Amino acid sequence: MLYELIVIGVSSGGFQALKEMLPLLPSNFPVPIAIVQHISEQSGTYASEHLDKICQLTVKEAEDKEPIHEGYVYMAPAGYHMLIEPDKSISLSVDEKVNFSCPSIDVLFESASEAYGAHIIGIVLTGSNHDGALGIRKIKQGGGLTIAQNPADANSPTMPLAAMAATEIDHTVTISELAPLLIRLTKEKS
Amino acid sequence: MSNNPASEMSQSIERAEIDMLLLGLKNRYGYDFTHYSFASLKRRIEKSMAMVRITGYVEFLDYLLQNEDHFDIFLENMSITVTTMFRDPGFYKSFRENVIPHLRTFPFIKIWHAGCATGEEVYSMAILLHEEGVLDRARLYATDFNNHSLYTAEQAIYLSKNVEIYSDNYVAAGGLSDFSDYFNDGYERIKMKDFLRERITFSYHNLVTDGVFGEMNVICCRNVLIYFDKILQNHVLDHFVNSLRLGGFLCLGSKETLTFTSAKDYFETEDRKNRIYRRNMVSHAV
Repeated sequence: MLYELIVIGVSSGGFQALKEMLPLLPSNFPVPIAIVQHISEQSGTYASEHLDKICQLTVKEAEDKEPIHEGYVYMAPAGYHMLIEPDKSISLSVDEKVNFSCPSIDVLFESASEAYGAHIIGIVLTGSNHDGALGIRKIKQGGGLTIAQNPADANSPTMPLAAMAATEIDHTVTISELAPLLIRLTKEKS
Repeated sequence: MSNNPASEMSQSIERAEIDMLLLGLKNRYGYDFTHYSFASLKRRIEKSMAMVRITGYVEFLDYLLQNEDHFDIFLENMSITVTTMFRDPGFYKSFRENVIPHLRTFPFIKIWHAGCATGEEVYSMAILLHEEGVLDRARLYATDFNNHSLYTAEQAIYLSKNVEIYSDNYVAAGGLSDFSDYFNDGYERIKMKDFLRERITFSYHNLVTDGVFGEMNVICCRNVLIYFDKILQNHVLDHFVNSLRLGGFLCLGSKETLTFTSAKDYFETEDRKNRIYRRNMVSHAV
């Protein structure tokens, strides 16, 4: 398999974007997905529970040392950084905020890039800060594929623009184009 | 598209250098980070390096080997975590409902906060025990390997700007009174009241290298195991199994689980959502 993990970073306007895009992925979608969505520390598990109800894939909050399996979408819990270990399991931390955020997109993307190298797709969606820019640059440097939401299509364009300024982005798409693109990318040369 | 061999090679060199750094520190200072979760460990090392503007792991090892004071600062950076009073209020609420009734049956209660950091959660527990009327027969053991954090915990002094969050959590945790009953304030600081602190024994203990700790009714070890790999998690959980009375309680962080560990056979789940486990009757080799 060319791609073994997809990582997604999303901030303001993110829940809407995820609700539009994730349900379009089929239950046999071959690549697991890990998502950092900026949410307040007091948020419960509503986002992952709701997405699980409307998606064909299983959406869940990540637990510490959980192995990564296909058919699953793992979301960083509120108040925890989510990282990918070299053995391709998930770990969590309660370290200080990064880019004023915990969970932080850069923390996920940088650790995932180290674990998966070229076999990863990094996606930056709507958001009004710069988290994810350093992380997607690292993914690009590691040989991974980079995708950003078209800023004109984003609820808040700052985050995709920061990603585009930080590195070369392979695909710039609207939210409705994203799921079809991922299905196509993960079918090629498998 | 192919793999990126240059990037893969630099990564394996980097891994070898980090392993060397960890081994050097273990030999020189006796602190063993070799079984920490690698991804967050690496972030912390890099942060410490950036603070002293060192870019190479080998150079950083040399810097730490030469000077014990530098290592002290490094050690402090390695164990800074973020916590608060009554973190995860749902846990404290469940503790009141599910654990306190069992604790009431004991004439003396021993609770170990393993990896207590700056102490907020220990004071939270002391407040809860007070409100449930069992603090005067309880002893709380608060341990950490970070002496700076332990010092903060023992001082019982926290920033006033956080009181609003503390109070909100206290209420959400089922607090029976008012959080402001439990501290004195001044100079933008609060100091937790002495009757709470008197029930707490603070001491140095390193979960990685030190052993079993008393016969506990409860062990709270919340958001500590996430920093360890599976091997070290199992090692520490072994100590916990042997430090708990049969029927005693183990309380983990809200995203930590026994599911992926070898200790799961020695516990029943008391409250899955709030990660409260109970030591069962299955015997365990010491």
